[in-house]
Amino acid sequence: MTTLPDETGAGGAPASSSGDGGLSAVHVRGLVKAYSGVRAVNGIDLDIRRVEIFALLGPNGAGKTTTVEILEGYRARDGGEVTVLGYDPARQPAPLKRKIGIVLQSTGVEPYLTVAETVRMYAGFYPDPRPVDEVIGLVGLEEKRNSRVNKLSGGQQRRLDVAIALAGNPELLFLDEPTTGFDPSARREAWEVIKNLATLGKTVLLTTHYMDEAQYLADRVAVISAGRIVAQGDPATLANRELAGARIRYRVPDGATPPAGLAGPIAADGFTEFSPDDVTAALHQLTGWALDHQISLDGLEVSRPSLEDVYLSLTAAPAGRENGGTA
Amino acid sequence: MSAVAMTASQVRYVNKSFWRNPASAFFTFAFPLLFLVIFTSLLGHYTVHIGTRSVNSATYYVASMASFAVITACYNNIAIQTTFQRDAGVLKRTHGTPLPSGSFLGARVVHALFISVILVVITAAFGRVFYSADIPTGLTLLRFLVMLVVGAAAFCALGLATTAVIPNADASAAIVNAIILPLLFLSGIFIPFGNNTPNWILWIARIFPVKHFADGTQAGFLGTAFHWTDVLVVAAWGLAGLALAMRFFSWEPRRS
Repeated sequence: MTTLPDETGAGGAPASSSGDGGLSAVHVRGLVKAYSGVRAVNGIDLDIRRVEIFALLGPNGAGKTTTVEILEGYRARDGGEVTVLGYDPARQPAPLKRKIGIVLQSTGVEPYLTVAETVRMYAGFYPDPRPVDEVIGLVGLEEKRNSRVNKLSGGQQRRLDVAIALAGNPELLFLDEPTTGFDPSARREAWEVIKNLATLGKTVLLTTHYMDEAQYLADRVAVISAGRIVAQGDPATLANRELAGARIRYRVPDGATPPAGLAGPIAADGFTEFSPDDVTAALHQLTGWALDHQISLDGLEVSRPSLEDVYLSLTAAPAGRENGGTA
Repeated sequence: MSAVAMTASQVRYVNKSFWRNPASAFFTFAFPLLFLVIFTSLLGHYTVHIGTRSVNSATYYVASMASFAVITACYNNIAIQTTFQRDAGVLKRTHGTPLPSGSFLGARVVHALFISVILVVITAAFGRVFYSADIPTGLTLLRFLVMLVVGAAAFCALGLATTAVIPNADASAAIVNAIILPLLFLSGIFIPFGNNTPNWILWIARIFPVKHFADGTQAGFLGTAFHWTDVLVVAAWGLAGLALAMRFFSWEPRRS
């Protein structure tokens, strides 16, 4: 990707005083946070590289928001080591705040200012802001530029949240469940906005409980459950799911008997599925058989365990982690 | 940008927002004048005795309503608006930016002071035209302005401190009124104290800042004696409010 030129002139002297070499945006070791004796975050390690979209996945109450709010400087940690862009959020909040942008779960802005005024106001808090109209363009709110904030739709308000977070030209952007409560088209729009951020040279830390969102947006994901990271990696290969057996599924026409070894038990709806050792060969045999007998294989599909399947098995009861052994 | 420039810039945005909410702006200005007209019409013209001085009740109400206007613009508005902003997440969002907390809150205090000055000018002008009230000049005006600035700042600080006991935005108006309305009555703002005012009311008025602030304001309008102790008591309340606000103020929404 040609992402670097945009960032070179942008005053981003890497604050590598902590010796992270400027390569990692977020570095976390053994993070612990307890609320009234209960550990909401129980020993988390996390490394987020610069200029990647990293998704933190997990069910409600797993410790996602607590972790992110510690990184943002909103919450103090009880233990562990945290470096964000070279700064310790607990000890150096002021310089850190100049380089990050935060989109919180709940929106809240002055309702009577216009979109442009709001972005300009927030841009004014930062030493090296991005031009207001450019930011408004990035989130696609040009037409609403002079509209009052209280006249925006929910999806537009969320885009304004992203615009506000971008106003200061941050190096690192936190997005806490950015599309929760969106209708499908508004989610698609938001996703395009977030995807574009990577081309601006931004690092993005995203929390979500939507698998499709993580799969579409994230370069890497970490699954958090009961305060611990239970898997971490590329969404395509998380928990070795690319190696897990593929399944072939199709509907058997009435009266036809599929060849032995190319079918499983036939369900009431006529569908059958099986896991071959060699998908390519099995598919070749199956389609060959169908062509020879002039049979159409309705609903034929080849699938691997989805990210959602992996996620559900990882975040289910702590005992049920049979296939989670990547890390 | 320096903290001062950021505060000044914030004041401009607060001001824009204020006037773009016509309902809220209208009532902030209309209430004191409305009450002035209602009280003088309802209770008729009579003589109020303050110390050795006798003043016309209409003039008394001009001074009273000026105090009332300042207290509403500072204490009520700051407490209620800040609670709304807290629960809407505006405070939390702002706290995640480099804007200094002092600039954010300071701008709101400065704006409330600005609105207070406008309110006092309007009330005084209205009183002058319709009730021939005296307008402070010279040294009296200077003393009056000291009382106004100290009082406005103190009531803002107390408003910020009050947000700590307001559990959510829906409850804010009820709680603020429950605190301030009895105090306004017990401080002679709506009904002047007479010879028969019970001792316990006088004591409450002596302890809390409302009566001291009103006395300082009256000195400007009615030519009654100005006591620096009134300024000191109000300032002490303001500092106490500031200390409580710094200790208990929350930038995070409270949802139960």
